[in-house]
Amino acid sequence: MSTVSGLRSSASSDGPGAARSYHWPDASGHFGPYGGMFVPETLMHPLEELRAAYERYLGDPEFLAELDADLRDYVGRPSPLYHAERWSRELGGAQIFLKREDLNHTGAHKVNNTIGQALLARRMGKTRIIAETGAGQHGVASATVAARLGLECVVYMGEVDIARQKANVYRMRLLGARVVSVTSGSRTLKDALNEAMRDWVTNVDNTFYIIGTVAGPHPYPAMVRDFQAVIGREARAQILERTGRLPDALVACVGGGSNAIGLFHPFIEDGAVAIHGVEAAGDGLATGRHAAPLCAGRPGVLHGNRTYLMEDARGQIVATHSISAGLDYPGVGPEHAWLKDTGRAHYDAVTDEEALAAFHHLTRTEGIIPALESSHALAYVQKLAPTMRKDQTIIVNLSGRGDKDMHTVAQHDGLVL
Amino acid sequence: MSRITERFQQLRARGRTALIPFVTAGDPTPAVTVPLMHAMVESGVDLIELGVPFSDPIADGPVIQRATERALAHDVSLDDVLEMVREFRTRDASTPVLLMGYLNPIEVMGYATFAAKAQAVGLDGALIVDAPPEESHELVQTLKAHDLDLVYLLAPTSNEARIVRIGEVASGFVYYVSVKGVTGAGHLDTTAVAEHVELIKSLIDLPVGVGFGIHDPAAAARVARVADAVIVGSAIVSRIEALAATPERIQGAVGDFLAGLRRAIDEVSNDVS
Repeated sequence: MSTVSGLRSSASSDGPGAARSYHWPDASGHFGPYGGMFVPETLMHPLEELRAAYERYLGDPEFLAELDADLRDYVGRPSPLYHAERWSRELGGAQIFLKREDLNHTGAHKVNNTIGQALLARRMGKTRIIAETGAGQHGVASATVAARLGLECVVYMGEVDIARQKANVYRMRLLGARVVSVTSGSRTLKDALNEAMRDWVTNVDNTFYIIGTVAGPHPYPAMVRDFQAVIGREARAQILERTGRLPDALVACVGGGSNAIGLFHPFIEDGAVAIHGVEAAGDGLATGRHAAPLCAGRPGVLHGNRTYLMEDARGQIVATHSISAGLDYPGVGPEHAWLKDTGRAHYDAVTDEEALAAFHHLTRTEGIIPALESSHALAYVQKLAPTMRKDQTIIVNLSGRGDKDMHTVAQHDGLVL
Repeated sequence: MSRITERFQQLRARGRTALIPFVTAGDPTPAVTVPLMHAMVESGVDLIELGVPFSDPIADGPVIQRATERALAHDVSLDDVLEMVREFRTRDASTPVLLMGYLNPIEVMGYATFAAKAQAVGLDGALIVDAPPEESHELVQTLKAHDLDLVYLLAPTSNEARIVRIGEVASGFVYYVSVKGVTGAGHLDTTAVAEHVELIKSLIDLPVGVGFGIHDPAAAARVARVADAVIVGSAIVSRIEALAATPERIQGAVGDFLAGLRRAIDEVSNDVS
């Protein structure tokens, strides 16, 4: 691969014999019935400008060279693909490879996208960036690139999330961002997104809205996916180099779904590779206290796109629950909705307790403390790996590190730090 | 001809600018809404916009967000709002009523079911904030088949091509959002509004209502000079909020406020004619 981001090579060809048949979204930003641009009229023209700018710079060698250099020298890409031999042996089945997005600058995959969008913001002449955040990882990644590029940064965060992610709030403030506490609705990620949209409508002339996941109106789901697909392109090359063949399965956690789509996308046309997305089952799907729209929701329209949602019979969005703030969201990226309906990907959910058990298990067996979000993917691997042969392989996206979750885990274990 | 179109034709013939109030259905309690609608008609409004509460109102400022939360505390649903329209119609056959809200409750009900129910209760149309023409082809066809108007927003960011495109699908009137922002936002630049409304009128053949940021009679009068309708929401809803604990006083306070807007608008309209 000639570039770090891989965007240049994907724009022209995906390698020998890769006649691409997967072409979503369509020209109007839809993935089958999902996606689209369900926004107030004020935002339609800015979204059109964004789409035009993105398409232009996607083919601009200078932009791509700057992106590649930043991903290499600032983020630290490529991230390693680590063979978790001890964990694999304990589970007694497939060989498990961790894609180490936790080793990126700022500690999660989120920065892959904020680097790209911030470079775009600068080229579009925007002087102010805004972002929404749940766990705080996207907020930190946005504040980080804003500090580096000298852009004003405002991060919207639900009051509930601010209380459970204090360290990340302080990091954002250190980086010079203004963190706005959102007190409307459920006071979590969805409400932070509402408030960021309201800010954007009001300050659209000078403001670039960096959405942190593969949701929102077109072109965000496609653009964020393209910036995150560096994860899957690297992983594909790394596993081929290591084992000489493609993996048997991919596993990633799904909240909005950006780390998952980033891993999955370059493998979508590799039909033999099983794709598993893992949602947050919270206290259990049967309790209703969860954040698993693909597993237990139905289609609707929220935050600019049509997708699976957690909603009541009257179309109101309902409260979600997950121990992981980053998965505590009632919607999901529209491409995941489409991959579910077409059967290309399989979606399941694991509970808070299962995720915590996996969190401890990986920490003790591999010396790697994972984020609670990523721990959902790990918990699913703990079920999947033993059903597979020892010569089979799984790539799991270790999307972030667990430092931010010390407080939550300690509290769950009855400790006060 | 739809009741909305008919109303605008009557107003034009009389040289009068329409006054359109917005209230959130069920705010602060469901029992308040229908009597308030009648009281607003008695204060001289020409058409009523009834907000359908939605859990995630991304285009609304804090005042209407809180109204939505008060209504949702009573579980006010799209069906409940349609029932309010049915009740209103038993005593008022002529004042057009327009639902304003977000798409998801209609998605969940189903477009065809919504359109059939809406026609049956005597609703005249809908304005769906998050359904631009690109995403509402099926909805607009379904509503038209039931003689319902679909009113669209135009914004300061809408270029000529978008204005023309929206003019092709909209019916009843178009709603020009006077400021970049959410409902209840900031201050209105009357000169910029006048320029935009003039541009819109040169491109499409529908009445143009102007809303967002009209808080008092003076602003209503300035907008009335250029628009076919003056739309007032947050300024009414904040009066309802202030009286939420004494709902029996809401009709009087809102009625007085609207009567003041009516006088200010009519003085300007009379100047013009």
